[in-house]
Amino acid sequence: MKIIVCVKQVPDAKDVRLDPETNTLAREGVQSIMNPYDQHALEEAVRLKEQLGGEVTVLSMGPPQAEDVLRQAISCGADHGVLISDRAFAGADTWATSYTLAKAVEKIGEFDLILCGKQAIDGDTAQVGPGLAIQLQIPFVTCIQRVREADEKELVMERMMDDGYDVVAVKYPALLTVVKDLNEPRVPSLKGKMRSKKAKIAVFSAEDVGADASCIGLAGSPTQVVDVFPPPPRGERAMLTGTIDEQVAQLVEKLAVYL
Amino acid sequence: MLIVDNDLCVGCGLCEDNCAFAAIEVVDGLAVVGDTCTLCGACVEHCEVEALVLEGAEKNVQMDLASWSGVWVYCEFRAGVLASVSLELLGIGRKLADARGVELSAVLIGSHTEETAEKLIAHGADRVYRADDPALSFFTDEAYGAVMTKLIREHKPEIVLAGATAIGRSFIPGVANSLGAGLTADCTQLDIRDDDGALLQTRPAFGGNIMATIVCPHSRPQMSTVRPNVMKALEADATRTGKIIDVSLDPAMLETKVRVLESVISEHDDVNIQESDKLVGGGRGLDSEKGFELIRELAKSIDGSVAASRAVVDSGWIGYPHQVGQTGKTVAPKLYIACGISGAIQHVAGMQSSETIVAINRDAEAPIFNVADFGIVGDLFEVIPKLISTIEGRRKS
Ligand SMILES: Cc1cc2nc3c(=O)[nH]c(=O)nc-3n(C[C@H](O)[C@H](O)[C@H](O)COP(=O)(O)OP(=O)(O)OC[C@H]3O[C@@H](n4cnc5c(N)ncnc54)[C@H](O)[C@@H]3O)c2cc1C
Ligand SMILES: Nc1ncnc2c1ncn2[C@@H]1O[C@H](COP(=O)(O)O)[C@@H](O)[C@H]1O
Repeated sequence: MKIIVCVKQVPDAKDVRLDPETNTLAREGVQSIMNPYDQHALEEAVRLKEQLGGEVTVLSMGPPQAEDVLRQAISCGADHGVLISDRAFAGADTWATSYTLAKAVEKIGEFDLILCGKQAIDGDTAQVGPGLAIQLQIPFVTCIQRVREADEKELVMERMMDDGYDVVAVKYPALLTVVKDLNEPRVPSLKGKMRSKKAKIAVFSAEDVGADASCIGLAGSPTQVVDVFPPPPRGERAMLTGTIDEQVAQLVEKLAVYL
Repeated sequence: MLIVDNDLCVGCGLCEDNCAFAAIEVVDGLAVVGDTCTLCGACVEHCEVEALVLEGAEKNVQMDLASWSGVWVYCEFRAGVLASVSLELLGIGRKLADARGVELSAVLIGSHTEETAEKLIAHGADRVYRADDPALSFFTDEAYGAVMTKLIREHKPEIVLAGATAIGRSFIPGVANSLGAGLTADCTQLDIRDDDGALLQTRPAFGGNIMATIVCPHSRPQMSTVRPNVMKALEADATRTGKIIDVSLDPAMLETKVRVLESVISEHDDVNIQESDKLVGGGRGLDSEKGFELIRELAKSIDGSVAASRAVVDSGWIGYPHQVGQTGKTVAPKLYIACGISGAIQHVAGMQSSETIVAINRDAEAPIFNVADFGIVGDLFEVIPKLISTIEGRRKS
């Protein structure tokens, strides 16, 4: 089994917020982390490798520092890391990102399965996984919450739906996006950490992967951000006072329209 | 490229403060752009001396934008049920279509859709494209995507909306990618720009800490998924008329590589918390699975559904479909009552756009009170039973 896992380095959400007083972004010591959903995608890939044999390649598009998440992935059981990094990728929306990742996948070569997180917690779009599958012309299934059976040919899985779940089967090659419920990611082993320190990360530029300049970065992005602003402030909060009975009575009054 | 005009830059540092990616820094009195820049434009917006410019490399291919016309809404239909977000989309779709002076069309895909097409017309559609076939009774990205892509290619609508639901957020990204169209995820506001009629798509990013407005300047259609419960549906008007068009389906289009073996609808009818307009969220303050029963009772007393923090889901008191937050669902109900939830940023990210938020927590310093409209500091084991009996008393009288 050859498995590729797409991992993204994202700012830790708890650090990114608007300072209500100055209305600027408080980003004191913004930490970069591996996108939480991608940790579950990686874990599943490593489990499939352990069960069926093969190798796991982790792929990331991002600035040079994104190498950190690839090393982290190697310490958790991935075999190879590939970083595609180029100033020309800046401003990529989900279309341009899918295109660029597809180019990198073609460069990596053969694969049976691609795993992505359901969404990245910075953009929260959940669009790159399906987009990548379309670019590569392979089937995809989103929001996998459980792998029921896996063998050399086929996977049987549960995909989370709003009203329950569907049981689906798909043959390789395919792309899956995963949710948190799928598994519990392992912590890196000591041996893994040693290996990740020594591992060589392949770094490719736009040219190396043969990307068309009009399809990457800002130029390749059909969507463009034209405004960024803080969310509208919530109304004044009211802390209710009095005995618990009085507070409850006040609250029920206030909520009358909903009851 | 983000370009700094060194003659204009005064080194004030506003750009640095406003960069979510720590990608711009003032060095020796001048702004310097680093590798992590994503060209989001937040700094350009905040620069008071106009020293920052985003230079957009122009796209080589210019589409003939004028040949795309009309507003389309994908109306989700599954297991005999029309998703309520579909009617909300027709509500906002009607507004956008009127602002553009064009028709509003609905796309209905499924099996045994019966009277649904008429219902869509009553709720604002001028036209319904109906793809009804037994092969479409289960949702698959491939078949649904193929139908949608074919219809869009044939009829060239300028705007396509879908619900930001499990289904919408799964196959619509594939459709947009096939078409080379821009797609904005999980929008909470949609408007038409006066000067050029472009669709202004506004959505929260970074777990709701920042809002971004997005346009698709040189491609069509402009596509968005829209958060359930945010837009308003129109009242049904049975006198409205419209056209129903049955789409002819080529069998090859309905063949899929992914096979759906079974569709399991949860026996609890309240798992679809994104559609619910009243939610009671329970956290670790409930102490145990048994404590969680109180949340269910409270939810029942207001005809709402049950939501939960991750801590509670991880403890196994309730299933993952109920988890609200950064790694769970994003909800926007009219009322959210948070009980025994501390209000960690990852939880708040998923519920802060609720219309009214109530927090019940015994710790007056709990951050949940920062987003609450009404707060009660107290022991939830005392507060909730009283709340239930007061609500029930009120309902009886
Ligand atoms: C990558 C990542 C993703 C995450 N994603 C999510 C997510 O999607 N959703 C999510 O919810 N969390 C998420 N979390 C976890 C989040 O950081 C918090 O740990 C979690 O939300 C806390 O849940 P809680 O509020 O129920 O528990 P706690 O933080 O333990 O809070 C319990 C609260 O109950 C109060 N309390 C206790 N007893 C009583 C009583 N008798 N009466 C009244 N009040 C009482 C306490 O004062 C306290 O404020 C994520 C974390 C990470 C790192
Ligand atoms: N720059 C990137 N590099 C590698 N993988 C990515 C990148 N962006 C997105 N992905 C993958 O696509 C998933 C969905 O991301 P998004 O569509 O941005 O919410 C993530 O969980 C990753 O698996």
